[in-house]
Amino acid sequence: MVGEAEIIMLISLENVCKKYRVGEVDIPALQDVTLEVARGEFLAIMGASGCGKSTLLNLLGCLDQPSSGRYRLDGAEVSGMTWSELARVRNTRIGFVFQSFNLLPRLTALENVELPLMYGPSLPAAARRKKALGLLERVGLADRVKHSPVQLSGGQQQRVAIARSLVNDPALILADEPTGNLDSHSGADIMALFHDLSAQGMTIVAVTHADDIARSARRIIRMRDGRVMPEEAERINHEDTKSTKRAHEG
Amino acid sequence: MNAFLPFSIAVRALRRNKVRAILTVLGIIVGTAALIAVMAVGQGASTMIREQIESMGSNMVLVFPGSMRTSGANSGSGGKQSLSAADGDAIAAEIAGVEAVCPVIRGWAQIVHRNNNWRPNAQGVSPEYREIRAWPMLAGEFFQEADVRGSTRVCVLGTTVVQNLFVGVDPIGKVVRINNMPFRVVGVLAPKGTAAWGQDQDDTVLVPVTTMARVLQGSPFDSVSQLMIGVSTTESLPDVIADIEALLRQRHRVRTPADDDFTVMDLTEITEAVSSVSRLMTVLLSVIASISLLVGGIGIMNIMLVSVTERTREIGIRMAVGASPRDIMQQFLVEAFVLSALGAVVGVALGAGAAGIISHVNRWPVHVSAGSVGLSVMFAGLIGVFFGWYPSWRASRLNPIECLRYE
Repeated sequence: MVGEAEIIMLISLENVCKKYRVGEVDIPALQDVTLEVARGEFLAIMGASGCGKSTLLNLLGCLDQPSSGRYRLDGAEVSGMTWSELARVRNTRIGFVFQSFNLLPRLTALENVELPLMYGPSLPAAARRKKALGLLERVGLADRVKHSPVQLSGGQQQRVAIARSLVNDPALILADEPTGNLDSHSGADIMALFHDLSAQGMTIVAVTHADDIARSARRIIRMRDGRVMPEEAERINHEDTKSTKRAHEG
Repeated sequence: MNAFLPFSIAVRALRRNKVRAILTVLGIIVGTAALIAVMAVGQGASTMIREQIESMGSNMVLVFPGSMRTSGANSGSGGKQSLSAADGDAIAAEIAGVEAVCPVIRGWAQIVHRNNNWRPNAQGVSPEYREIRAWPMLAGEFFQEADVRGSTRVCVLGTTVVQNLFVGVDPIGKVVRINNMPFRVVGVLAPKGTAAWGQDQDDTVLVPVTTMARVLQGSPFDSVSQLMIGVSTTESLPDVIADIEALLRQRHRVRTPADDDFTVMDLTEITEAVSSVSRLMTVLLSVIASISLLVGGIGIMNIMLVSVTERTREIGIRMAVGASPRDIMQQFLVEAFVLSALGAVVGVALGAGAAGIISHVNRWPVHVSAGSVGLSVMFAGLIGVFFGWYPSWRASRLNPIECLRYE
């Protein structure tokens, strides 16, 4: 049964805690988080600022390590990996989309999209270019490949970032307030893109406090004080808390 | 990661901030240039000194008579009349590796030609002198063996003497008066310049050794001031010296080296001493230049630290998309290396130029060797990597989350 779960679940967190040491005291940022995300899911993590959702996203994105508990991604035990191994996981399994886009300002859109491939398994320059061009076309920026980020609008920059997140054929896209810096129109465009990706079977985890994003997601978890609140979405789950929650809603 | 990629990233990062890159490498440029110029001038000076000493005859052994003590007064080295031309003949005949032997008698000569007179160094020598000292003729010919046998009154002049006695007149064939006796000038020696110890080698007059003894000094030709011995190779000098000492002890019936009535000397000691001084100077100046290179390296470290801080967010983005700590470290190390290597290349060009100007202005030989260029560039590259290490290491240890949050 456990084996089966490993195959189905892309993300599996077990009793994950994260503490930050500030001066003499440990500040718990995540407490006893247990979470599973299946392949192809579109999950929204919501909560007030400081609730630990960014910490959770950083852990999921292998930018940080849990203080205790286990994290398995795509069947691989991530907790306990070295920084180099984590970098490799980020490079090959995960695509990031940030609120502030985080494109390298001196590179063109095309070079920004190619960036993850530079650190990955070596690929001929022509193949890298071809792949990056294909993705820029897919996000509707085929005519902007030579532009630098400052020459692009916020929405366009975020689309470049999405193309970059996809360039390594990741198993998981992590988005941190992807529409937070955009006007509603551009935000809607970006959301439509995420929708398409989700429809094509991409697993997406997005952190947001915007309800429209949450609405696009098929599953929502809410966080408070470093804990995951019982889920609201219609979903069959083998956790005990789930059934009580559903009974409450019903 | 692609092998050339770090270089293109580095060049890009440097081109972004050209003025700062140039200011950063200025230290390396100046250091390398100084190192190159110092080594070039030093090597040139060494070469010049060696050539000068070789012009005196590097494969030369000198034998002086020993000191003589008469009634308590020590005459000093060369005072005893214990060395004869026959000793010289024996050395030439019996010792392997000896190419030529020239008996020398130093004397006194006031030379007069018309209204001019001059007092140069006067030496009675044999024709072998020219061969041993490798001294070409400017005009005329050196006197012959027959002149030595016949004690003829001929002389060969150095250029300084010619300048002082003959104004606008070809001296060859002219008659001068040496100590009031007529001598015919048969040749003029090519200019040789100043010896390492400051003596003007061209202020000289040479006469046949027998003429010096019998005609100018009025004494029998039984002792000489020194024997000048030409040896085939520098390597054989120690053996030849030992053989000469053994032979002379046998001929002079000396039992122990302490009783030697002669002194054997060669010029290798002088050569060694002089070239070791110039070598020492070069090393000393190179060390000073290296220190400026070191200071340049500290400048690189400084700017690299600033650069790492400035590019914290870039580091975070690169880490997020999968750059490992090693990739980040490599990126900054390569940047430091490219920076210092570029500085070194510019420095080599500047240093070679400076050496060229020094050589042109001072008429010194200057030698920019491939070795010194290789050494400087390698040293500068090492400095770059060494001082780039710490900033690069710091960059690689940054936490990606904090980097991404950095404004």
